[in-house]
Amino acid sequence: MSKIPRSPWSAALALVAGLTFATAAKAVDLTMYYPVAVGGALTKIVDGLVADFMKENPDINVKAIYAGNYNDARIKALAALKSGQPAQLSVMFSIDIYELIEQDAIVAFDDIVQTDADRAWLNGFFPSLMENGKTAGKTWGIPFQRSTIVMYYNKDAFREAGLDPEKPPATWDELVAAGKKLVKKNGNQVERWGMMIPSTGYPYWMFGALTMQNGQTLMNGDGNQTYFDAAATKEALQFWQDLGSKHGVMPSGTIEWGTLRKNFLEGQTAIMWHSTGNLTAVKDSAKFDFGVAMLPANKRRGTPTGGGNFYIFKQTSAEERTAAMKLVRFMTQPERTAEWSIKTGYIGTRPDAYETAALKQYVIEFPPAAVARDQLEFATAELSTYQTGRVRKLLDDAIQSVLTGSKSVDEALGSAQQQADGLLKRYR
Amino acid sequence: MSSVPKISQRYVVGWLLLMPAAVLLAMFTHYPAVATLAESFFSSGSAIRPSAFVGLDNYRLMLDDEVFWKVLANNVWFAVGTIPVSIGLAILMAVWVNSRMPLQGFVRMCYFTPTVLPMIAVANIWLFFYTPEIGLIDQISGAFGFGSHNWLGDPDTVLGCIIVLAIWKEAGFFMIFYLAALQAMSPELEEAAQLEGASRWYFFRRVTFPLLMPTTLFVLINAVINSFKLVDQLFILTKGGPDNASSLLLYYIYEVAFSFLDQSYASTLTVVLLAILAVIAICQFVFLDKRIHYQ
Repeated sequence: MSKIPRSPWSAALALVAGLTFATAAKAVDLTMYYPVAVGGALTKIVDGLVADFMKENPDINVKAIYAGNYNDARIKALAALKSGQPAQLSVMFSIDIYELIEQDAIVAFDDIVQTDADRAWLNGFFPSLMENGKTAGKTWGIPFQRSTIVMYYNKDAFREAGLDPEKPPATWDELVAAGKKLVKKNGNQVERWGMMIPSTGYPYWMFGALTMQNGQTLMNGDGNQTYFDAAATKEALQFWQDLGSKHGVMPSGTIEWGTLRKNFLEGQTAIMWHSTGNLTAVKDSAKFDFGVAMLPANKRRGTPTGGGNFYIFKQTSAEERTAAMKLVRFMTQPERTAEWSIKTGYIGTRPDAYETAALKQYVIEFPPAAVARDQLEFATAELSTYQTGRVRKLLDDAIQSVLTGSKSVDEALGSAQQQADGLLKRYR
Repeated sequence: MSSVPKISQRYVVGWLLLMPAAVLLAMFTHYPAVATLAESFFSSGSAIRPSAFVGLDNYRLMLDDEVFWKVLANNVWFAVGTIPVSIGLAILMAVWVNSRMPLQGFVRMCYFTPTVLPMIAVANIWLFFYTPEIGLIDQISGAFGFGSHNWLGDPDTVLGCIIVLAIWKEAGFFMIFYLAALQAMSPELEEAAQLEGASRWYFFRRVTFPLLMPTTLFVLINAVINSFKLVDQLFILTKGGPDNASSLLLYYIYEVAFSFLDQSYASTLTVVLLAILAVIAICQFVFLDKRIHYQ
């Protein structure tokens, strides 16, 4: 039962209490979802960054919620949106951009930036990392946990095969030649393969590297046109298949993403293409001398980028947007970016992060960290279109059907392109 | 002492007693099923393109969808591959661990262990069994001089690999039902058979197996339903690949709903799955209930 204050004294008290409450209500509450794609320890690092932010900005409360993998994070964020209790910002897969735009879920950062300092910050990221966050002339995603594909190679195996361990193959021809020398056979039994490119889980991602090296992107910048049946795309897939069926440097059939690292660590393959996200794990458990190199070139070098971007949701008040922007800027400060990169193995998303003392020192101590950065110059966007889940699966299925020998390159990619056209027609 | 309640009051009490179960059932089983059916007649909406009534368009799309037919065929093969073998193994194991033997409890536990392990954990272990060259299976076959094989990377063997895992996981579970049925059997039957000089095989064929028939039917229905329900292993082992060679209907529904974010088409596929399971359930009522004799 509530009591009405009887004396002037208690009335004054109630007034004070009311005022305090009003000031507290001014604080902005932010909810942020973030996914972890590579391991559990990352949640601690994110929590630490968020705690630092709240110390600096006592008027902003941030609730950072770990939301599973990239797929889970997107489903959770969209479900929260539908339920009317949306988060204000989220880290999600960089390639979710078209889906989020189609759901009218996010705002462009160009519409939130206010000061010149904000604009300068927006232009301070590696351009290739921004490709997946930009469309229709606006920036919708800010790079955060980003990776690329690099080539891991076993230097001991290189020495054993009479190859220079400090000169990893830099072209497709060199790759095939080195691969042939690296294959070790015992009778008919292969004891060590020359190389492995994983083809389950994310085949389209690895394929993005091969096509870029052949001078071809997989889609346009508006996300409504794919180039699956371009001549250079077909050549790239033919090369991938030839590695197994013609040159015999790679096992034929599909190669499992999940067990590839173990294959490499057990010495079953001398070279593997894998995400930079594996760098720390390989470093910790390799019993041999290993090197990390940029992917080789055919017409040029190339790799797709990968990973997660910051997005700010549309169902937010002006204060919330300003606060969210503050948080994103805080997380991408050069020092924070350097700290994040060193602790996780993700790429520093901004050139100025590599100017910090901490990251400079780290790159000297651990040169592979610089490989990923230097390769960014040749990097391109990861496959991302409208209806991205379907379009991606079309390409995945086409790649796997060629690698397992059930379809020809022309047949598989032609049909994938035709079906992708059908899906994307209404977005042109 | 209270007087005998009126008939109308008894009805009220009856309904009140029923209500908790009825509400839960309606909310979490019947309503979602009806909503799914309704949604299958609409197109998937987005903020820009609102959802609209499209009649049977989603079903037409489904009939033209190669992947749908592929996963349906896979599912039939998966059922044909897992059910008879896992039931046969279950009977064999049950008869064996029902006889007097040393370490009886331990052997029973061993057979039952695969059932209690979570499928995701199991799939992670089997992933390394199937890995070419460094995997357990290739290590064993290599010791006998056979070459290595890319078990999960070859469309011809991948479904077989999934089937073997499912059998390993399920047989122990079915064994428990058979073991219970065997222990409920009267020992006089066996004594009588021994007096008459019947061989063990004859006794099994003419006495044990017919008496197990009700259990077999029950297990059979469960096995068929499970063959449409068990897809956890695909998330770890193959993600349905290569080129949908190991994808099953329920896994495809998950992909359509949560990767393609196409709720309507996912609903359409779910209606098909529901229809298949409903037919199986009806079979259970028509054939099974008549034959089971609870003693």
